[in-house]
Amino acid sequence: MSMPDELILEVKDLKMYFPITRGLLKKKVAYVKAVDGVTFKIKRGETLGLVGESGCGKTTVGRCIVRLYKPTSGQILFNGKDISSLPENKMRSYRKNFALIFQDPYSSLDPRQSAGNIVGEPLKIHNLVKSKKDYQERVEKLFQSVGLDPSLMSRYPHEFSGGQRQRMGIARALSCEPSLIICDEPVSALDVSIQAQIINLLQDLKEGSLGLSYLFISHDLSVVKHFSDRVAVMYLGRIVEITTPKKLYNNPLHPYTKALLSAIPVPDPDIEETRKRIIMKGDVPSPVNPPSGCALHTRCPIAIPECKELVPLLRDVGGGHEVACIRVK
Amino acid sequence: MVPILEVKNLRTQYKTESGLVKAVDGVSYYINEQEIVGVVGESGCGKSVTQLSVMRLINSPGEIVGGEILFEGQNLLQFKANGPEMRRIRGAKISMVFQEPMTSLNPVLTIGQQLIEILEVHLGMSRKNARQRVIEMLDLVGIPGASSRIDDYPHNFSGGMRQRVMIAMALLCNPKLIIADEPTTALDVTTQAQLFELMKSMVERFKSSLVIVTHNLGIVARYAHRIYIMYAGRIVEEGSCKEIFRNPRHPYTIGLLKSVPRLDDQEGKRLVPIEGMPPDLIQMPSTCAFLPRCSYSIEQCRVEPWPELRKVEGTKHYVRCYLKTEAWEQCRSHSATT
Repeated sequence: MSMPDELILEVKDLKMYFPITRGLLKKKVAYVKAVDGVTFKIKRGETLGLVGESGCGKTTVGRCIVRLYKPTSGQILFNGKDISSLPENKMRSYRKNFALIFQDPYSSLDPRQSAGNIVGEPLKIHNLVKSKKDYQERVEKLFQSVGLDPSLMSRYPHEFSGGQRQRMGIARALSCEPSLIICDEPVSALDVSIQAQIINLLQDLKEGSLGLSYLFISHDLSVVKHFSDRVAVMYLGRIVEITTPKKLYNNPLHPYTKALLSAIPVPDPDIEETRKRIIMKGDVPSPVNPPSGCALHTRCPIAIPECKELVPLLRDVGGGHEVACIRVK
Repeated sequence: MVPILEVKNLRTQYKTESGLVKAVDGVSYYINEQEIVGVVGESGCGKSVTQLSVMRLINSPGEIVGGEILFEGQNLLQFKANGPEMRRIRGAKISMVFQEPMTSLNPVLTIGQQLIEILEVHLGMSRKNARQRVIEMLDLVGIPGASSRIDDYPHNFSGGMRQRVMIAMALLCNPKLIIADEPTTALDVTTQAQLFELMKSMVERFKSSLVIVTHNLGIVARYAHRIYIMYAGRIVEEGSCKEIFRNPRHPYTIGLLKSVPRLDDQEGKRLVPIEGMPPDLIQMPSTCAFLPRCSYSIEQCRVEPWPELRKVEGTKHYVRCYLKTEAWEQCRSHSATT
């Protein structure tokens, strides 16, 4: 972390609405407000964790950043340049600066390409290698960096285990030496004992590089807390709290964060006996028709009438601890 | 206390083209009355197949090739899997909550039709009474507006609500034993917490026993009284919940506990992964199946066959391992080296 305060990514009031169309003329009848005003920053060398339940928009945020979706509105500043509305032909050369690691290592690798090809293809696309020999060496090095034997380069994805496939996905993500890697649930599909291997690998890669940043998206707060420098909690398309993992665990402020924390059991019966449990009522409302004001007010244990009307904004309550709740002093 | 279910030396195998898969290879366990038991293991360890064997839901190419399943004094393996005796037990005295609430309800029948049928078949209730009872049960598991929602189809319900319907279904005939096989894997954590609290209060209310099959150590720490840890088709450790978490003994259990990130971890703590991969169930060694991944193995582990579950002296803790107490302690205190 040589330049601690240099921003690599700044997302400002990002909105992504997906239209629901009906009929032959594809008339837009409603919108799914998947992301509804999200603002955050990632410094160079920092890991920001993005946690939330399914349908809260965390994956959509990740996909907007790499412009797999064109955002409805808002800014995405990458190294200070707004890429939210760059045309596709200019965007393509930008993409080598970021990489995605996907959840499912089974469906995210082309079954008809060899492992070496899967890992090395981005090098060819972005013209990052000079010769065949150079290419071969780079791919071998990538294999080694993720703990795969380079002799497996000519094998095909089905010959690998889930953990090995995820390593291939990581090697591919590293191939263009990106400055930001977006990890979308990278360990959720893996077995418990394999998860730790991948988490440690991702951590080593970051420590061994100069200024690599991660946006780590997951529904599993334990994993996010373990891995991140700061954690953002999302609920129904908005960020409700951002802080350090330590503060998040010791002093959560938003009622949703509190409920989320208490819902996750700690593998220790002695601690479990003394933990308070806040059980949220009901289900997450539909993002097609989210509740007015604070989206949590339908389930919130401390909601007051004003919560129905005011959309709470993220504000700093001290030491970079940001929370979006009018009940928090 | 007399256990309500006792499984002795159960063996279930699958004949596949690449060879014989010994999915469950000599598993013995028991469930006491009103007890919540956790069965923990990774995918492919045989935890689900064990439970499906108890329900006699193993289909070809799978086959139960040995053992006893004693329930209410009868060996369930003496009955035909689809015979009248098993049908009287399945869904009435032992019921199951499956992993996927999306696929385990029939999409073309209303919730009511599916639940009322159970009461008609098992308890011979009239349709009118059954309907009333189903509405009460749906209400009890927290489905708002149960009297109108009973006529909805499964697709009208969210994942969490469908799993509530499944729980209502499992409870309808007041079973002695409920088996919940990864009941919340596909669901969100806040929904997971709701459902487990519900299941716990329901089994207490109906005085049933509950088996929770899961890979999540946190869930068993929160809810189970007693725990079985499975690896490669066998039970490797058994003990009370507190004992297992305070003094884990099998290197696999210790490894599992160290490899999961915890909410209360100190900052900067490094996980200790279990290196290597689970064994191939087709080519199982006669020695301990965890041996290739175990960093504490001794000469005995390499030469002698995998030991049986043995009682640790002075405890109610059973473990399938040759190591001595000192080695276990060393194993527990070992932290990340790299």
